Amino acid sequence: MGDIWNRRGFLKKSALTTITSLIGAEIVFARHLPKKVLPVMMEVSPDDLLPGKHPDLVILNNKPWNVETPAHLLNDSVTPADKMFIRNNGNPPEEINMSNWTLKIDGESALQTKEYTIADLKSRFKHYSYQLTLECGGNGRAGFYPPASGNQWTEGAVSCGKWTGVRLKDVLNDAGVKQDAVYIGYKGADTHLSGDISKVPISRGVPISKALEDESLIAWSLNDEDIPLMNGFPLRLVIGGWPASTSGKWLRSISIRNVVHDGEKMTGTSYRVPKYPVQPGQKVPEEDFMIIESMPVKSIVTYPKSGAILKGTNKLKVNGHAWAGDLEVSKVQVSIDFGATWLECELKSPVNRLAWQHWSCTIDFPQSGYYEVWAKATDSNGVSQPMVIPGWNPKGYLNNSCHRIAVKVES
Amino acid sequence: MRLRIVFFYFLSIYVIACKTSQISEKNEEVEGQLTENSLDPDSGLRIDPNLMLVKANCTACHSSKLITMNRMSRERWKETIRWMQEKQNLWDLGESEPLVLDYLEKYYAPESQATRRKNLEAIEWYELKKQE
Repeated sequence: MGDIWNRRGFLKKSALTTITSLIGAEIVFARHLPKKVLPVMMEVSPDDLLPGKHPDLVILNNKPWNVETPAHLLNDSVTPADKMFIRNNGNPPEEINMSNWTLKIDGESALQTKEYTIADLKSRFKHYSYQLTLECGGNGRAGFYPPASGNQWTEGAVSCGKWTGVRLKDVLNDAGVKQDAVYIGYKGADTHLSGDISKVPISRGVPISKALEDESLIAWSLNDEDIPLMNGFPLRLVIGGWPASTSGKWLRSISIRNVVHDGEKMTGTSYRVPKYPVQPGQKVPEEDFMIIESMPVKSIVTYPKSGAILKGTNKLKVNGHAWAGDLEVSKVQVSIDFGATWLECELKSPVNRLAWQHWSCTIDFPQSGYYEVWAKATDSNGVSQPMVIPGWNPKGYLNNSCHRIAVKVES
Repeated sequence: MRLRIVFFYFLSIYVIACKTSQISEKNEEVEGQLTENSLDPDSGLRIDPNLMLVKANCTACHSSKLITMNRMSRERWKETIRWMQEKQNLWDLGESEPLVLDYLEKYYAPESQATRRKNLEAIEWYELKKQE
């Protein structure tokens, strides 16, 4: 693999692209220039492009930024900010002033239109902290065949940070929710990639019943610090267990709607799947799609990193996390024989509702050789992860197939 | 009788398709060695006489990675262009469109897959010395 495929190489190249477009001329032999010849302004470090993010995150897309976390970097029980994936639909706002940032509550089903500063939110409502699992609806898209278009997430578009803010329901009730309320829809301060200011990159939401749950937050803090810019600074929604696109970033307004919210990426085929099972590659008419709500049961192996070679021992401790949308995980098992037999793991309860759960077990390999450790979670309704890729759908959502790691025993 | 004709029609298409895929696989082995030199250093896109045309039309709004990480049939690439024209302000590609589609079809078409889970690939082996 060439230099441009590793992250730093890629960033160097993209910085170079930016500079050449600024200068307005192509530096034809840029890659042959010795480092010293590059103008000083080209010495851009990765930290300047993705401040505060771990250097081993995998960049899927830089316009807009879509960056995933390799499974072994998700080993922390609470996801640190630097290891939290990024899924942007547009460009993040450029100038942010926390002190004059406002949040507007409006909509057909709001009794009154109200506006709050962040200081208002902090002083007028009770604060709550929850650890909440946020997973992109397209996590696992790379597994579908025929390939589904979009960002080719593997396993790492998931996180479970500790979010602090106020309950969405407390703020909605302060403005007043009419009896006919059906949905909420957010708007953020991010801008459309085309530069067209009349276009909105994304404006999604959830049914009013989900919005009014205790754990639905308007948050200003991740792990007791400001939210990273790429994850929605200074204010965002956090709706645990549902596609993370419902957790609007750079939050400027929430409309209480008397219809299912019809903002950008709520309609058509965005974040929607067919209402019935379809054959891989099948054309599905738009009216036969339905909105994705709670995410399906899933687990990942976060320790060890795939590729571990054991020498002098046949024993291996493996661990990871499991989550199940609005439900709880009731069981996690691992298999080293491709599903022929399963070993039940130790599973902890969630720290709060909608937080992922930690599992671990010790495997005793019967002999030397190549193994794959497959993990499978089962939710509180008795529904498990499939080992094969689940039902194909045109946009490649909801691939919750088992995660696995490669292990070699050489003792 | 009619059914039989239809059957042989599809059988012949199948045979031709199999042969074509064998040929293209062989070609791939001979000339398809993907090296850094076959990629444009700025964008990571495959180098080709139509590369500049593709860059001019496709990477003004979005990253070239949105192309390089996707695999679609010609028809699906065309649908994606239509979607971008309808929703994302992409302009009419005019005479360039078939050339852009040629390029996308040539380098970014779906790869065949034998099973519903691929074998694990590109495993980076390391010795696990001290377990946590």
